[in-house]
Amino acid sequence: MSKRLAFYFDSSSCSGCKTCQMACKDKNNLAVGQVWRRVYEVSGGGWHKQGNAWAQDVFAYNLSMSCNHCEDPICAKNCPTKALWKREDGIVQIDQNKCIGCQYCLWVCPYGAPQFNPETGTMGKCDLCADYIDEGKNPSCVDACPMRALDIGDYDELLQKHGSSDHIYPLPDDAITSPSICIKAHPKADQPNPSVGNLEEVKFAK
Amino acid sequence: MSLRNFLKPKFNTSGNMEFSLPFAHKLMASKPVKTAANAYTGKEKMIRVGCPSHNCGGRCLLRVHVRDGMITRIETDDRPNDTIADPQLRACIRGRSYRHRQHHKDRLKYPMKRTGERGSGKFERISWDEATDLVAGNIKRVREQYGNTSLYVPYGTGGYNQMGGKWSADRLMNMYGGALGYYNSYSWACITRATETVYGTDVTGNQRQDWLNSKFIIMWGWNPSEMRDGTNTEYILKEARKKGAKVICIDPRMTMSAVALADEWFAIRPGTDVAMMSAMAYVMITEGLYDAEFVKTHCMGFDKSQMPEAHKDEETYKDYILGTRDGQPKTPEWAEKLTTVPKQDIIRIAREYATAEAAVLYQGYGMQRRAYGEQVVRAGCVLAAITGNVGKSGGWASGIALQAGGGPFWNVLPLGENPVSAQIPTFLWSEAVVRGPELTEKEGLVGIDRLPHGIKMIWAVASNAIVNQHADINRSIEIIKDTSRLEFFVVQDNFMTVTAQFADLVLPACTQFETWGIEDGWKYGEELIIQPRIFEPPWETKSDFDICAAVAEKLGIGEAYTEGKDEKQWISELVEEYRQLRFPELPTLAELEEKNLGVYSRPVEKPRVAFRAFRENPEQNPLSTPSGKIEIFCEEMFSKQLPVEVPPIPKYIQEWESPFGKEAEQYPLQVIGTHFMPRVHSTLGNCEWNKEAFPQRVFINPIDAETRGLKNGQKVKVFNDRGTLILPCRVTKRILPGVVNIPQGAWWKPDKDGNDIGGSVNTLTSQRWTPFAFGNAQHTIMAEVTALEARADG
Repeated sequence: MSKRLAFYFDSSSCSGCKTCQMACKDKNNLAVGQVWRRVYEVSGGGWHKQGNAWAQDVFAYNLSMSCNHCEDPICAKNCPTKALWKREDGIVQIDQNKCIGCQYCLWVCPYGAPQFNPETGTMGKCDLCADYIDEGKNPSCVDACPMRALDIGDYDELLQKHGSSDHIYPLPDDAITSPSICIKAHPKADQPNPSVGNLEEVKFAK
Repeated sequence: MSLRNFLKPKFNTSGNMEFSLPFAHKLMASKPVKTAANAYTGKEKMIRVGCPSHNCGGRCLLRVHVRDGMITRIETDDRPNDTIADPQLRACIRGRSYRHRQHHKDRLKYPMKRTGERGSGKFERISWDEATDLVAGNIKRVREQYGNTSLYVPYGTGGYNQMGGKWSADRLMNMYGGALGYYNSYSWACITRATETVYGTDVTGNQRQDWLNSKFIIMWGWNPSEMRDGTNTEYILKEARKKGAKVICIDPRMTMSAVALADEWFAIRPGTDVAMMSAMAYVMITEGLYDAEFVKTHCMGFDKSQMPEAHKDEETYKDYILGTRDGQPKTPEWAEKLTTVPKQDIIRIAREYATAEAAVLYQGYGMQRRAYGEQVVRAGCVLAAITGNVGKSGGWASGIALQAGGGPFWNVLPLGENPVSAQIPTFLWSEAVVRGPELTEKEGLVGIDRLPHGIKMIWAVASNAIVNQHADINRSIEIIKDTSRLEFFVVQDNFMTVTAQFADLVLPACTQFETWGIEDGWKYGEELIIQPRIFEPPWETKSDFDICAAVAEKLGIGEAYTEGKDEKQWISELVEEYRQLRFPELPTLAELEEKNLGVYSRPVEKPRVAFRAFRENPEQNPLSTPSGKIEIFCEEMFSKQLPVEVPPIPKYIQEWESPFGKEAEQYPLQVIGTHFMPRVHSTLGNCEWNKEAFPQRVFINPIDAETRGLKNGQKVKVFNDRGTLILPCRVTKRILPGVVNIPQGAWWKPDKDGNDIGGSVNTLTSQRWTPFAFGNAQHTIMAEVTALEARADG
């Protein structure tokens, strides 16, 4: 059994269609306002009038992200009731019986993964479809992607398979939590001054 | 918490629904839909079923999990071998969110009759007996009083399972003396007509797997990731890139496809694509890069040496490009002014396309839903021809590109023949209501010289194209409201759509999960997908077929209509036909159902190539055009004697609403209404998950926003002489300055002043049609955007 399950995300072929987000919402029955898997649209560059022409160096790419099931989960460290815990295979879970909905985890998580569910009064987040994992299946989002841009595997094996993991905007510093995510960057992810273009669609998290 | 408890609606003591949570309200506010004869009580069951795709370009497989009459979850194709030859048919957000639509609180439940004025929203519940009496009685009355040409079943794609939807009403009408017919569509009016003028056929596409043999692919106004032009189209393009194809995108927007699939994006001003195509031809001709041999042997009309005898002195394509007659060579400098694409980029793209060993120029459909949309289709086909990319592997003939070889496609319920030969262009139904008897061939009327009367009865089945999806909503409403013209208007649908709000009678159709259907590829694909009935129709809903059968009964042709068969039996026969004509290995419907297969697919190992035989020997295998060759010069277009609007060779024509016209002084921004990820046209426009994922916005460039003092998220007014809509804006660099996008399909919703706060782009569009195909030009709009209020709210 894997000791550190992780997502793989290929930003270079993600269109931003949000099928992963919808598959997650459907699987987890999430109300409007809770988006456990979110797709950030990043863009930058600009437009320059050049005689009659518009020259541009506009770029865009997407980042689909849920919970990164960090090796060093800051959410668990800060949970006053120990509701957050890490399974042997690396999945960070929330014990719904222990969670009091204090939202500390939301405040400390640099990825905005835990989200408050007003109906249950507790926190919820991606659990990597642990029930599916236990049945030997992939998480819902992985098998949903029309571009086959998502995968799951052991973190070290994913790193080996894909060479390395790229750190792309708007990800925070990996050193905070050691996230278990392996990313293939979009070729335009190296451009200067990127910003998130669809804030209203991803702001639920915080 | 268990799923059951979560789904359980809450009641307060007064018996009213309690909407404490937005989610409970949106998803499950109404009583859960209990099935009458529920086969799945208590235990969860999974059924493989075709996505009710509603004229989405995709045809995908869903695994629908059901318990106690409710969908608990929807997953997608899980067949183990996901190969390029036979890829999984993975559904997008439109399918994955579908339980919201299925169990929506606003589903129509009972037949309803209008009690106030048309459009007043006042209805009363009536019985099916009264409802079918009304439909049958009005069909009879209109037929007797005005003749069958005054009956009309309009274009509509809200039910699209090859069994229900409008097919079922067509069958009935055809059995009862017929109804006024239509040709072409809102989707493809110009591209189908114009492709035929070049190639004599619409079957101009190789199978998609052949893109893996291509070296250079141009996505020209084509955004398959978002419109979903065939399940897996984007995935096959991804694989083509892996094999070394360079992909570029030419589009006013940096589309989802541009982001995921293109090496480069070139922003082009809407409506000027022919200018850029012409400049590319200029580069190819002046630099000797075109395939002169192929042009000589396979084309007609390129230059003086190959003009038809009767037109030997007319302007040739080469004349036009070099400016021999009009004095304007179609240089990259000339095109730069019109398109905003830098001239060095035009030159580079022309060279790359012309010199690639095999290249694809794929035309999207948006640019042919414009003024003179015929021209861009023909111009694209001509580029494919003069670069010698027709009939070869890795190449692409362009045009509508229906998949080569092997039918049937779109095998639907047997419709019979329409005894009425008269047909109007789809887009001109509103003219046929207003001034039917005045229409002539100049308005595209065919099959009759003059209509005796206008349209008097419309039976819109699964169609929102009478108000929301037709152009110029305010004019459409004015037309529809006039009961002296349109005497009876019945709408049959799942929801109180914008169109249904104006009906005299609303009939509640069940969803596609509540009847039987099948689907094959929309445009591509080698599969047949079945749609077994998952639920019995709830409340008093009925399938389109059963509704039509009940009306047929009242008209005394009930038995002839059903032939004693129910939907499942009809589908079983259609499956059998597919087996005999296309898929010899296809299991029977019973087998497909029993094994819960959902889909039969045939791997595409050797993709078929359109026009291969013609390429190899054009003398022996001529095209079905008049000359047997690829017609750059079109004699039929010449015969129209409208040289400015319908030139016989493809030309750039300034649009009737244009940034170069006087109208731009008042309305300086071009508005386009693209397809949108969360919806299929207007279908799914009322589903909250989808709206959350992709809110309806006015997409505008920061430069245009700044000059108007607009901040991201601020509510704006978009207006022209036809209407005003109010929506928050999204300021994005991903759109060309001067262009605004308002994705089509949002549901029109008037405020007290008549402004549309639902954000339907058709509040702004025009009913003017294209001159040759009589198609909709709904993307040709000029408008202005201003701040509604000073405050930014998002």
